[in-house]
Formats: sequence, C-alpha cells, structure tokens
Amino acid sequence: MGLPNAIGDLSTEVEVEAFRRLFPLRFYEKHLSESIRPDARPLGRARDTTIALGAVASANGSALAKIGSTTMLAAIKMEVMTPSMETPDEGCIAIDFHMPPICSPIVRPGRPAEAAPVVSKQLSDTILSSGMINLKELSLVSGKAAWMAYLDIYCLDADGALFDTALLSAVAAFSHLDIPEVSLNDDGKIVLLSEEQEGMSDRESVNKEKRKVTLSSVPFSLTCILHKNYILADPTAEEESIMETLVTVVLDSSSQLVSLYKPGGPVLAYTSAIQDCIALTRQRAKELQKILDEAISGMEVD
Amino acid sequence: MEVDREDGRTQNQLRPLACSRNILHRAHGSASWSQGDTKVLAAVYGPKAGTKKNENPEKACIEVIWKPKTGQTGKQEKEYEMILKRTLLSICILTVNPNTTTSIIIQVVNDDGALLPSAINAACLALVDAGIPMKHLAIAICCVAKSGYVILDPTKLEEQQKMKAFAYLVFPNSVHSVLPEGSLSVQGEPIEHGIITSVTHGTMSVDDYFYCLDRGRAASVKLSDFLRRSLQQHSTDSSKAG
Repeated sequence: MGLPNAIGDLSTEVEVEAFRRLFPLRFYEKHLSESIRPDARPLGRARDTTIALGAVASANGSALAKIGSTTMLAAIKMEVMTPSMETPDEGCIAIDFHMPPICSPIVRPGRPAEAAPVVSKQLSDTILSSGMINLKELSLVSGKAAWMAYLDIYCLDADGALFDTALLSAVAAFSHLDIPEVSLNDDGKIVLLSEEQEGMSDRESVNKEKRKVTLSSVPFSLTCILHKNYILADPTAEEESIMETLVTVVLDSSSQLVSLYKPGGPVLAYTSAIQDCIALTRQRAKELQKILDEAISGMEVD
Repeated sequence: MEVDREDGRTQNQLRPLACSRNILHRAHGSASWSQGDTKVLAAVYGPKAGTKKNENPEKACIEVIWKPKTGQTGKQEKEYEMILKRTLLSICILTVNPNTTTSIIIQVVNDDGALLPSAINAACLALVDAGIPMKHLAIAICCVAKSGYVILDPTKLEEQQKMKAFAYLVFPNSVHSVLPEGSLSVQGEPIEHGIITSVTHGTMSVDDYFYCLDRGRAASVKLSDFLRRSLQQHSTDSSKAG
C-alpha cells in the first residue's frame, strides 16, 4: 500500500505500516486530504455488498449479508403463540443480536460484548417503528393464535458498520421468509402441516394465502463518520476506533426518516453535515434495494 | 396551527423545571433534575485511579450505570448507558485526569416522558457539582414531530400514544467565553447549533426532523439559561458554572 505524497519529518523515514500503527490519526488525515481512504475507496463510497438468501436450511427464513468483510447471518424461526389481550389480532417479532467471540478480538469469551444489546435495541426499534411488517399479517385466529417470529442475527465478522449489516441481513431474511402451513385440529389447536402429509390430510390449511409477509416500506441504513469536515461512509472497524463520531441514518423506501442516530462523539454535527449524510443514505438505499432485488430474483430462478 | 395538549400547554411550552445539587453526602457530586413528573437523580464518583480494560489509559474514562425505577437493567438501559457515556465523553476534558475512571450513576425516580434528556441534564449538573473539568454543558431536549408541527417536552402519554415520532436532541450550551467571537463558530454556525447527540424513534419526514432541530435549538437556549442560573445560585465560585 502506498502513501501518496508523504510529507512531514517522520513519515518519510518510517515504513508505512509502522506509521499507520504509531500515528493512526495522522495516517488517515493524510489520506483524507487526498480524498481517498487507505482501502482505495473514495470518502462517500460504501464497501462491496452481497446478500445470500436461504443460508440456514432449518430456519423459515434466513440470509447472509456481507458489507466488506463485516458478515451477519440472520435467521427467522416462526412459532405459534397466543396473542396478548391488548393486541388479540397481532403477531409478535422478537429480535436478538449476538456477538460471539469469533467476530472480533475485542469480544472476550464469557463476557458479553458491550455493543450487542445496544445494536439489538436499535434494530428492534428500527424494524418495529418503520412499519416494514404489518403485525396483523402474523395473526392466525384472532385472539387465539398468532405467529411469533424469532429473528436471531449472528455477527460472524465485526469490521465496522455493524448496525447497517445487521439491518440488511434482517430485511433480507424477512423477504426470504416462508411461513409454514398450519391447520386447526379437532380440538381447535393449531398444528403444523408437514410436507409429507399435505396430500393425505383432509384438514384445511388456515393460512394458504398468507405464506409470505409483505414488506411495505423497507428500511435501509448507512453509517457515516464525521471527522473535521470530512464525511466517511460505511466505516471499517479501524476507522471507527480512530475517528469516533458516528452518524447512522435510516431511511425507508419512501425516503421517510426512520432514525437519525448520533450517540455523542467529539465532532458536533451541523445542519449541512446532517443533510450530506441523508443525501448519502438516499443514494445507498437505492444501491441496497437493487442488491436485495437481485438476490430475490436470483432465488426465484433457482 | 393550534395543538391541544392534555395538560393545556402550548406546543413550545416546557414543563416546570427544577433542579438541586449536592443532595447526596457520600457521592463526590450529585444532582436531581425534574421536568414535570419526570425526575432523575445522578451521582458522580471519581475520578478514581485506573481505567477499565479496552479503554485508552492516556485519557480519562467515564462509566455510566443506569438504574431503572423498577426491575432489572435490560437492553433499553444498556442503550441509554451507551448514549449517555458517549455524550458525556464529548463534553468532558479527558486529558486533565488521564488513567482515571469517573462513575456516573443515574437513578430514575419517576418516568413521565423525556427520560433520557432529563438524565443527560442531571448528569451534567452532577459532573459540575463534582468539579470534573468540562468544555461546556450539554443541553438535552425531547421534540415530537407530527405532520408539520413540533411539540416540545412531551409527557409519557404523548410519547407513546398520540404521536408518531419523537427525537431526543442534545446541543452544547451557549458559551460565555473569553475567546474572541469568531473562534466559537464553525462554518458560520454558532457552536450551540451543533448536535452532540440525536436519537429518534418512529418515522418522520426529513423536513420534520429539521423543524425539530430548529425548535430544539430555540428551546435549548431557555434550558441553558435555566441551568446557568441555578448553577450560579448554588455555587459561590461562579467560575465553576460552565
């Protein structure tokens, strides 16, 4: 990796790798002043993104999302539950985010990662408040039975932009979700119709038409770093540790703001910076929508 | 546009504010903050020697412990702890006491909406009370956006039921400084217009968010004056007052 225009007294003498480790901030600032990042990206460009649907065969819906080397595996299990008294005709979504020790050197075995509950809370806030899934669709028999969707997201490699990748994998898993067919038995209880029985069973399926959830407005997010006047889209873990001001913008398909999340950080965000972040997110949301559509149409061909 | 609020307030009206400092004997600094029926206690212990693992020992470290009114610490509390920690890290001068940890304990006494902003304001007061070096204060406010208009400082009921989306915003307080005028503005915007922290819930249009920002900034000036006045009343040493 070359350092463009190495100026300064030390940088000419020290090897690039050593300079990077000793003066990480100056190393980055030298790149930023040339409008480039050490991994050869321009400041506003996100890393390569891939989605693989159906990564977990035993789950009802699953997806593996990768942004750069950040990897998340999301899987949904559907279970029948009795809906609560307040919302008799609504299902429920339980979201959990796991960071096992394999994902990052910062996470130690035995001790849960600090970031995990925070990302988990952020995810459930975003998914539930965006109205992506109409909980009424998860109802089976009003007041008696409804679907409980357990969404578990495992972080396999944490290299920055955890929330973005987690949200993308969650959205992809929901778009891949196949709701299992169920029927009422003689006692009025819900039973799964397994595939072998399908032909033989004379029982009527209760949800023949409702095998897919409709995603009404899909939320997409982009995390940016604010550093001085620079805005860096989709940071890596190294960038996040050096420049600490993060702004996460979540927009849905109709460009409504679902969340604008800036938890502190040494740099103050002014209106212009916020506008730039939102503009970058708009662009990114279009990219992500395209990638997701391609992944879904790829599944249909198979 | 006129908005009817349950408690008869106008849309820009805050609930009655009250705060007091130095209310706990054992803590190095403490404060209580209430707006309406929301009340939060904050205690500061430190700076204590040493930093935790994975923290930079060249700087002071801040630890936040959030105690809910009832029940155990869950995900919500963990998120509040993280937001509060990062917000306070950005306003404290961390290089004065390197390799130390300051603990801030937040006890929720009553939650009637705008809980996180109240806790941020309480924590700021407690940090001033403990004499922790700070650049400026943080002023936190909650705004609710609803199709074109904004109401400030909502109650729990307004947060949960009536409204779709709300934003917690934190701004720096207006600084009385000895520095020359120009040094306190960035790209023509005064420093108190910068956002330290922004947390939103629910969907709103982008324009509504910017409207929230405007309203929040205007209200933060009032809050900032209230904080400054109450700090000056309490302390004989007025230089302490941010």
